[in-house]
Amino acid sequence: MESGLLHIGLGHYLTVSAILFTLGIFGIFLNRKNLIVILMSIELMLLSVNINLVSFSSFLNDLAGQVFTMLVLTVAAAEAAIGLAIVVVFYRNRRSIEVEDINQMKG
Amino acid sequence: MIVASLAFYLFSFIAIVSALNVILQRNPVHSVLWLILTFFNAAGLFLLLGAEFLAMILVVVYVGAVAVLFLFVVMMLDINVAIIREGFMKYLPVGAFIGIVLLVELALVFGGWAMAPEAQSLRLAVTPDMAQVPNTEALGLIMYTQYVYVFQAAGLVLLVAMIGSIVLTMRRRPGVRKQDISTQVNRRKEDTVEIVKVPVGKGIA
Repeated sequence: MESGLLHIGLGHYLTVSAILFTLGIFGIFLNRKNLIVILMSIELMLLSVNINLVSFSSFLNDLAGQVFTMLVLTVAAAEAAIGLAIVVVFYRNRRSIEVEDINQMKG
Repeated sequence: MIVASLAFYLFSFIAIVSALNVILQRNPVHSVLWLILTFFNAAGLFLLLGAEFLAMILVVVYVGAVAVLFLFVVMMLDINVAIIREGFMKYLPVGAFIGIVLLVELALVFGGWAMAPEAQSLRLAVTPDMAQVPNTEALGLIMYTQYVYVFQAAGLVLLVAMIGSIVLTMRRRPGVRKQDISTQVNRRKEDTVEIVKVPVGKGIA
């Protein structure tokens, strides 16, 4: 798996996607005042998963990975649409998009 | 080969830097713009991996639809930028800690991982030779045959998302005069018009 610096192997792509996933997690913790940036962090994590799937698909010569990447893309688009709709409704009710304000359903 | 390697480093470096900017920007509009740059560079990585169709789909769907949707919503909501940064330093340590733990775990997983010897024989859909069948065609050949049910399910997911977001964001505002066809059609003469015989010299009470 590990090879020279100029010979790009599977490990290189997996490293990039791991870093992107970590940045997504980091962004969720960092932006507690802004729901939209949290949604963007989720998009980053889904993107890193896509890079993982496509790189395995490419290095194993198996197209199934790319089919599932398309499904992940679909789900990501649906998730972004519904998430942003929820954010808009929440903003109409509370005039803010802070995570701390989302406590109306706490018992 | 050298060009491809350098392109990989370029794309991945810009992708990581712009992803870092997505989560660190003060202004959400700038975050969306950096997100678009991340998507473009991820599309470049997909191209290097030979997934041409997915690279184009990533640009069309993510940059053209999702990022623009984000941009719309960010600009629609009136967000106070100054408040957004409050508590940034408070969550920095725990966020960095969890991120580093996750990165170390992923490094351990990838470091100790090796391809199983039977992996080559367990492939679901072997990629045909790219010189004969281009990526898009090969993807279409299995997408509509082997994975047709999954494809339909993806369509259903999109339908549910569409209906869901319409239901969530539609509201009836009182005081706004709008044409309502069903009440117009359901209006009966008996309910609205009353014929009164007025006696001479008395008027109506």
